[in-house]
Amino acid sequence: MIDRQKTPPIVDAVHYQLELKLYTHHQLDNGVDVYMIDAGAEDVLQIEWLYKAGNCYESQNLIAATTNYLLRAGTTQHTAYELDEKIDYVGAYVNRGCYNQQAGLTLHCLNKHIDVLLPLIREVLTDSVFPAHELLLYQQNMKQRLSVNLRKSDYVAGRLIDTYLFGEDHPYGRYSSAAAFDLLTREAILAFYDRFYLRGDFQLFVAGKIPVDLLKKLNRYFGDLPISKTNLPTHTICPATQKKFNIQNDPAGIQGAIRIARPFPGRQHPDFLPALVLNTVFGGFFGSRLMNNIREEKGYTYGIHSYLLNLQQTSAWMISTEAGKEVCAVTIKEVYAEMNRICNEPISEEELNLVRNYMMGGLLGDLDGPFQLIARWKNLILNDLPPAHFYRTIDTIRTVNARQLQELAQRYLNPSDFYELVVV
Amino acid sequence: MITFDRFTLSNGLRVLVHTDISTPMAVVNVLYDVGARDEDPDQTGFAHLFEHLMFGGSLHIPEYDQPLQLAGGENNAYTTNDFTNYYIQLPADNLETAFWLESDRMLSLAFSQKSLAVQQKVVCEEFKEHYLNKPYGDVWSHMRSLAYQVHPYRWMTIGRELAHIEQARLQQVKDFFFKHYTPCNAILVVAGNVHVAQVRALAEKWFGPIPSGTRYQRQLPVEPVQTAPRYKMIQAPVPLDHLCKTWHMTNRLGATYHATDLLTDMLGGSASSRLHQQLVKEQKLFVHIDCYHFGSSDPGLVAIEGKLVEGVSMEKAEQALNEQLNIFKGQQPSEQELEKVKNKTESAIAFEDMSVMSRASSLAYYELLGDAALMNQELSKYAAVTTAQVATVSNELFRSENENTLYYYANPSA
Repeated sequence: MIDRQKTPPIVDAVHYQLELKLYTHHQLDNGVDVYMIDAGAEDVLQIEWLYKAGNCYESQNLIAATTNYLLRAGTTQHTAYELDEKIDYVGAYVNRGCYNQQAGLTLHCLNKHIDVLLPLIREVLTDSVFPAHELLLYQQNMKQRLSVNLRKSDYVAGRLIDTYLFGEDHPYGRYSSAAAFDLLTREAILAFYDRFYLRGDFQLFVAGKIPVDLLKKLNRYFGDLPISKTNLPTHTICPATQKKFNIQNDPAGIQGAIRIARPFPGRQHPDFLPALVLNTVFGGFFGSRLMNNIREEKGYTYGIHSYLLNLQQTSAWMISTEAGKEVCAVTIKEVYAEMNRICNEPISEEELNLVRNYMMGGLLGDLDGPFQLIARWKNLILNDLPPAHFYRTIDTIRTVNARQLQELAQRYLNPSDFYELVVV
Repeated sequence: MITFDRFTLSNGLRVLVHTDISTPMAVVNVLYDVGARDEDPDQTGFAHLFEHLMFGGSLHIPEYDQPLQLAGGENNAYTTNDFTNYYIQLPADNLETAFWLESDRMLSLAFSQKSLAVQQKVVCEEFKEHYLNKPYGDVWSHMRSLAYQVHPYRWMTIGRELAHIEQARLQQVKDFFFKHYTPCNAILVVAGNVHVAQVRALAEKWFGPIPSGTRYQRQLPVEPVQTAPRYKMIQAPVPLDHLCKTWHMTNRLGATYHATDLLTDMLGGSASSRLHQQLVKEQKLFVHIDCYHFGSSDPGLVAIEGKLVEGVSMEKAEQALNEQLNIFKGQQPSEQELEKVKNKTESAIAFEDMSVMSRASSLAYYELLGDAALMNQELSKYAAVTTAQVATVSNELFRSENENTLYYYANPSA
């Protein structure tokens, strides 16, 4: 008979020697940086063209996102339909993405189709025409999608909490509106495209089973594009003065979307890495204190999470949940009670050890495959952090102690510093 | 080509092993052959509620998550209409922890009254979050009950109403467990940095002693062939009208499954697909329109749904959609269009197979269908589909007698 009460021996994940396969760095003829991870068994590729063309660079709301979205709307050579047809024909995915600082395209494809796709990508990045009828259709459909989203309390809460933290005029706090969609013009989009794509500044992130001649091909199609240095404009953060908000969004709503947040320094700050550990204990995984108390003990919610926002210039500490309308107030009370507890009592060695192992196991699992590897490196590169930062993260997970975490909590987890929002 | 080894323990537990030493991790996937279709019509949502209870402690282990997290692992689970799947990913060195945890909860749960009471509340909040407090959240609850009259696919996995979840009793939880959560009704897949001999030894050690249980004989009511179109009208306080249609299709192992899958890709699902091009971009009648299917174990549904551009009438939108379907039925698609959706499928499979976790759950699912080796035959089955077959299947599918339509009207005062 086996003893089922007895836990099988484990290797503590904190002892793992984690090695993050380093990218190779190359430059195209025009000086464009290329970061590559060659790994994986499948003949697939992911290539990302990341321009300094995100929301921070726009002088009119939604211009950056619209320009990015309409990159597939047609060129002098091909209509939108012809582009779509060509991309779909080879089973590829060309996704657009516009973030706060960067914007660009991500290609996923089978290696055997790369020769059809690279010239097409070059075409949309250098020869897009932004037809007026495509813009009109985009405006109409985006406004209607927005009207649906505005009926969702979690969507509304996500927008509002960002404006409290950063102010409506900061790219981090700015949000879309029907009026802003109406104000978009083809001229403004063409001007943005001209400055931030045609004469833009971009990097390439490549991952997959890399064919030997890929770099040569990238150079052929993208090594001659003109590059102009693009500096990040400065924006001032204007946080709200009021701290507590109750918003009535849907009179028939039966749940409230709760967001509790405070500003927090960015990735470069020495408190950031230990805060990742503290956050995991507090609300960062299924076994966190918030989950245990508010979901597993009390059943107020399907899920509650806390996290540090992944922004480049600063960050914020956010707690997010949806709870029954009648239990929103007690849910918030319990969140603050957990803040007080983590400030007042040191985390036990047992709990901290579990979190260390969980985080290390998670890192190990995250490094599964070329796309995950490049994602991790990209996050460091975009934040101007050296490869050694990854090992500092591991070090922090292994060595940060309960006293340091308690001090950190006392500095950052004071209920009175937090914005509090409920949208029903 | 996904390679695997397979053996069956004397208690009937089927075990599959898929080795991939390029990862330091191991995946342990346990699939139970029970889903929402096996529920009592007066107690819907039970299979899913039960999935939550599987984390509330087992016979010898009061806490499921903690020891796993200590071993550097992560886990989750999901319930479909057809089956329930649990998966763990952890460092391969700690593989035995996963065997210990999974075998103990297959042996028996702790059946805690408190866990039941809390998870009833949690699931009710999940119900509200995803289906009641979301605009259009109830579309599929209406559509399922319209398209299916007797088959249990007529309700969603979350259940028909909150009351069914609130009424669950501990004795029912116990009965459900001993009926369905037994070795002979389960499939175990172990994948990643593992080897067969090691998995066999661990499986014998931890799962071998569990009593086999009785093989569950599924006897579900067969959905009668639909003979006339069905309609339903809903008014709801949403911003835009929504049109949703379904047609009965074959089951996952049916001879026309692959042709059906490919034809839904021709109609929807990508920027160049027919319905998106015609109805969103050319005629500007829909904000978006999608076409997809439920590849379910019992005969499923092909669905087309979309939101109407403000000001467009439901009649006009429906008529335009019908015209597109008539064009599609009237003329065999070109070889090029077929090649396009085959290429898309090939690439989707390649990306899906990149993750060990996804390979493990696919193996479990194909084994549930009858043979894990089916997984490696998919590409050739898609390749064999012809344009003539697509035409035949679409004509069989898109008949008005086979059609269900939900008119979901925006009405601020509803």
